[in-house]
Amino acid sequence: MADVGNNQAPAGIEANNVTVTYRNGHTAIRDASFSIPNATICALVGVNGSGKSTLFKAIMGFVPLAAGTVEILGKPAGRALKRNTVAYVPQNEDVDWDFPVLVEDVVMMGRFGHMGFLRRPSKVDHEHVESALRRVDMLEYRHRQIGQLSGGQKKRVFLARALAQESRIILLDEPFGGVDVKTEESIITLMRSMRDEGRVMLVSTHNLGSVPQFCDHVVLINQTVLADGPADVVFTRENLEQAFGGVLRFHVLGGQDLHDDDDAREVTVITDDERPFVLYGENDPAAKSEKVPDKTDQP
Amino acid sequence: MLELLWLPFTIDFMQQALITAVLLSVAAAVLSCFLVLRGWALMGDAISHAVLPGIVLAYAAGVPVVIGAFIAGMFCTIATGFMTEHSRLKEDTVMGVVFSGMFALGVVLFSFFAIDVHLHEILFGDILGLTWRDVWQTGLVALVSVSLVWFRRKDLIIHSFDPQHAKAIGLPVRALHYGLLVLLSIVIVTALKVVGIILVIALLIAPGAIGYMMTDRFDTMLLYAVSSAVVASVTGIVLSFALDSAPAPTIVLMLMLIFVLVFLFAPVHGLIRSKRRARYAGHVMNNPG
Repeated sequence: MADVGNNQAPAGIEANNVTVTYRNGHTAIRDASFSIPNATICALVGVNGSGKSTLFKAIMGFVPLAAGTVEILGKPAGRALKRNTVAYVPQNEDVDWDFPVLVEDVVMMGRFGHMGFLRRPSKVDHEHVESALRRVDMLEYRHRQIGQLSGGQKKRVFLARALAQESRIILLDEPFGGVDVKTEESIITLMRSMRDEGRVMLVSTHNLGSVPQFCDHVVLINQTVLADGPADVVFTRENLEQAFGGVLRFHVLGGQDLHDDDDAREVTVITDDERPFVLYGENDPAAKSEKVPDKTDQP
Repeated sequence: MLELLWLPFTIDFMQQALITAVLLSVAAAVLSCFLVLRGWALMGDAISHAVLPGIVLAYAAGVPVVIGAFIAGMFCTIATGFMTEHSRLKEDTVMGVVFSGMFALGVVLFSFFAIDVHLHEILFGDILGLTWRDVWQTGLVALVSVSLVWFRRKDLIIHSFDPQHAKAIGLPVRALHYGLLVLLSIVIVTALKVVGIILVIALLIAPGAIGYMMTDRFDTMLLYAVSSAVVASVTGIVLSFALDSAPAPTIVLMLMLIFVLVFLFAPVHGLIRSKRRARYAGHVMNNPG
C-alpha cells in the first residue's frame, strides 16, 4: 500500500530544512525536514503552538519561507496551488455554519479552480459534485443549509469538497473534533479509500489513540520535526515524550495493581486530551526495561 | 390624501430625489450582504466616518472627493490593522479610537479650510438639492458596483465563507479584499449628498441583515436586500413629503420598520418561528411518543 521504498516517483510532500519566521520576528518552525510518500495517511502530531498550523500554511504556500523548500509532488508549494493539487479541510470551529450556503454549494466551491472567469459550473462540474456527495453518503442532504448538519456530516461535506476539487494532497485540521466514535470510524474508512487512490492526507490531530489505528506515517513536531517515518517506527513512547514534554498526561499502571499474579507487565495510557494512546507490557519495550514510578503526571 | 402621495412623483426635485435614492440603495444593499456575512458592520461605520478628513482635504485641493475619501478610508483600515497587531487591544477598540479620531480631525479641518459646502450637508445629505448630474453619477456608481459584485459574487462568497480555501484554490484574495473596500468607499462618497455620512451605515447594514434573516441562499438574500432597500427608499421619500420630515432619516426609519417586521415574523429565522420551534421541541422532549 504505502510505497515507502520507491525512490523514483516524487514524494507526496517533501520539506527540506524549512524555517518560517513571522513578520513580528517569531520563528514558528526551524529547520524542519520530512518526507511523506504518495498514497499515505500521515498524522501531524504536536502540542498547541508547536507549529502545526504554520506547517500547513507553509505547505499551502501561504507564508514565505525564511529558508528551505517545500515540494508537492516534486513541484514548489506555491505552484501546486494554482493546479488545484492541495485541498484544505478546516476545523469545524473555524467555519461560519450560519452562512447562507447549501451543502451542494460548498462542494461546488471545490470546482471553482477548474471553472472559467465567470465561474459558471459546467455539466462536468455538476457530475463531480454529485459523485463526491454520493461517495461521502451525503447526496440526500444536498439541499440542506450547512448549519442543519451534525458534526460528522459537516466534516463529510468538506471531504466531498476536497474530492470534487480532485486534489492529490489533502490537509485536514482536527478532523475528529466534535465527532462521535462511530462517525470517526466512517471518516477513517473514507480516508483509507482515498489513500488507496494514491492521495496523500496530512492530518493534524490530538487524538493520539487513533493515530496507530489509521495512519501509515507520522510526523512529530515541536518547533522542528522531531521524528518522521512509518507509524510503527516513529509513534513510540520516547518520541511522544519528547514531542509533548510535560504537557502530556500519562498514567502507568504496574502489574501488581492490575491483577493478582506475577505478570509484571504494565499498562501505559498516554493522552493529551482526547482518545488515549495505550501501551501494554511487551508492546512497549521502554515500559518493560525502565523502572517507571507507579503513577506519574510527568516523565 | 392620495394626491398628496402622488404629488412628489410630479415635482422635478422630488423625482431626482426618488431616482437617486433608489439607485444608491440598490448599490448599498448589494454591498451590505457581504458586510453582514463578513462581520464588517463596525468596519463600514468606521470607514463612513473616517472619510471626512479625506473629503475636506480633497475639496480644498480641488481633486475629486472620491479619491480623498478612498485614501482616508484605506488609512483607517490599515491603521486599525497595524495598531491591533502591535498592541494588546482588540480590533473593535482600536477601530473605535481611530475612526472617531479621524472624524474629529475632519470636523476641525473643515473649519480650517473655507469650503463652499455646509458641514450639515456632508453629515446628513442634501437629497432635495440634487441635480440631474447627481442622478447620472449615482446611476453610474450603482451600475459599476452592482455589476462588479454580481459577476464576481461567487469569488466574494468563497472569500467570505472560507478564506483559506479561497487562497488554496488560487483566488486573488488581496484583490477581492481591497476591491470590496474600494467599492465601499465609492458608495459611501456617493451617499454623501443623498443620506450623508452619518446615516449611510443604515443602508450598508440593514438590507443585508433583512436578507440574512429571510433565507439560507445567497442569491435570494441579495434579492431580499435589494427589494427591501428600494421599498424603504420610495416609501421613505413619499412619506417624508407628506409628513414634511427630513427624507434621509425617514428612509432609514422605513428600513428599520422592515427590519423589525422581519426580525419578528421571518419564515424560519424570525423570533416567533424560532420560539415556536423551541417550544415544540420541548413539547416533544417532555412527551416522547
